[in-house]
Amino acid sequence: MGMTMAEKILAAHSGRAGVEPGELINVKVDLVMANDVTAPIAIQNFRRLGVSRVFDPERVCLVPSHFAPNKDIRSAEQMKVMREFAREQGCVYYEQGQAGIEHILLPYRGHVVPGDVYVGADSHTCTSGALGAFATGMGSTDIAVAMATGEIWMKVPETLRVIYHGKMGRWVRSKDLILHTIGQIGTDGATYCAMQFEGEALAEMSIDARFTITNMVAEAGGKTGLMRVDQTTLEYVRPRARRRWTAYEPDPDARYWQTIELDASAIDITVAMPYSPGNTRPLKELLGGPELPIDQVFIGSCTNARIEDLREAAEIMRGRRVAQWVRCIVIPATQDIYLQALREGLIEVFTEAGCAVSTSTCGPCLGGYMGVLAEGERCVSTSNRNFPGRMGHPKAESYLVNPPVAAASALLGRLAHPDEVASVAATR
Amino acid sequence: MAFRGTAHKFGAHVDTDQIIPARYLNMSDPQELAAHVMEDADATFAGRVQAGDIVVADVNFGCGSSREHAPISIKAAGVSCIVAKSFARIFFRNSINLGLPVVECPEAVEATDEGDTLQVDLSAGTVTNMTKERSFTAKPYEPFMLELLDAGGLVEYTKRRLQAASR
Repeated sequence: MGMTMAEKILAAHSGRAGVEPGELINVKVDLVMANDVTAPIAIQNFRRLGVSRVFDPERVCLVPSHFAPNKDIRSAEQMKVMREFAREQGCVYYEQGQAGIEHILLPYRGHVVPGDVYVGADSHTCTSGALGAFATGMGSTDIAVAMATGEIWMKVPETLRVIYHGKMGRWVRSKDLILHTIGQIGTDGATYCAMQFEGEALAEMSIDARFTITNMVAEAGGKTGLMRVDQTTLEYVRPRARRRWTAYEPDPDARYWQTIELDASAIDITVAMPYSPGNTRPLKELLGGPELPIDQVFIGSCTNARIEDLREAAEIMRGRRVAQWVRCIVIPATQDIYLQALREGLIEVFTEAGCAVSTSTCGPCLGGYMGVLAEGERCVSTSNRNFPGRMGHPKAESYLVNPPVAAASALLGRLAHPDEVASVAATR
Repeated sequence: MAFRGTAHKFGAHVDTDQIIPARYLNMSDPQELAAHVMEDADATFAGRVQAGDIVVADVNFGCGSSREHAPISIKAAGVSCIVAKSFARIFFRNSINLGLPVVECPEAVEATDEGDTLQVDLSAGTVTNMTKERSFTAKPYEPFMLELLDAGGLVEYTKRRLQAASR
């Protein structure tokens, strides 16, 4: 019987001709990752294993991202554990000032390539699936074992195929497609599944936009999200890849647990309301209701802080000012993107508009620092989660949106549509 | 392996931010984490939970981030096992890897109220509500998962495997 993309990659990495959903297999991994929050526990467990060296230092990446630059003494201690281990083992390590959010950094720097099995101690590791890799998040103990042995146990997942037909409407972005999808299937709709994304809307999408979709597979409970390798993928991968890659195609007779077909042209700008990424509404329905004044806008995170996202937000903000009583925080995902945004004049646009622009960090997305919310505060955010307490106080509220909506909301001081920006007077 | 304890009931989709908020992720000591367990779901839980108690929850328990701090904090608080209608994938994996039994049994969750006494028998695959005198069959574990739990988690299991391979 034919195999899905996920099944093909797992078969190739477990030395089998074929695998079937539900089978427990031992898988060889191509890349292992941990960050400053998850690495210390992984390192502790690595030591307990009684192993002295990681299986391959060039395939173990440690990235300071969550509380980087160090937010307090305790996080500094965690950071220290990680960097000392990286030095001792000769692992791939990006220092603060050269790093950024791992899910953007590692594919951008060519550490992840199509056909990889990539395991990371962070739930959003699935982001790299947009390159046609089996990328999945795990806990620190799994990562300790993967670092030591280069292998990990896995249950072969069922595959949930999602097909986006048609073309997206004006101001509708990949973020809206995935938010809409999670709203449809629920935050446990893809639990234990590999998602496989296809369709006309994807074919026309940039790599930046594709990463946003696979990133939020985690919010549907999925194990990984895969996209086929096409010309767009190859243009991204070719100049960066540090290893040979393999493009795995799903077989025409592959068996899918479910296939969901959606018409991208019928999907509106979508907002995930508190307190779940699955609590979605079309923006237009919310704009018809009572006004939702906001205290903060966050443009950042592994979901939407790539150069394309920043360009779009800056285009809306150019020559205008952030509304009074709103703080707008903009955080490019990596140092590479920060530099590019600087060269393109985007940082200047944000700064003139009255945004706080920071060096790369996960920071506010998880209520870590650099923009934590107080009780009762309301935030519009381009990030991926809005559970109680996610971005600060358990009674703060976050609304998840695409970057143009976030930028428009910052200017209008409430949840807003990008077309409404014309009503905001330009400052020059 | 069998456990008996008092049930503490939680709702659906309790995510890892509620189990152990990110403001405590700058630490990794199990006892320190246990002091804040479930804080954003029920701030009184850490003060009430007794050794051996059982967490009972609705669907998708442990969704959200991959932070192992979540099952670590629950285990360190003395919780003997978790019974839920369903678990999020990474949380399930992390718990088994740590040697914290997690049991899927929707009927037992439906039939259990806060404060009931539960008995969970992993080998028999049953959850018994002693207060209500009703017994339920849990979703069976794969033999490999039982092996992991028996070994005390993934680290011990892998250690044995590595030692056996080097002999």
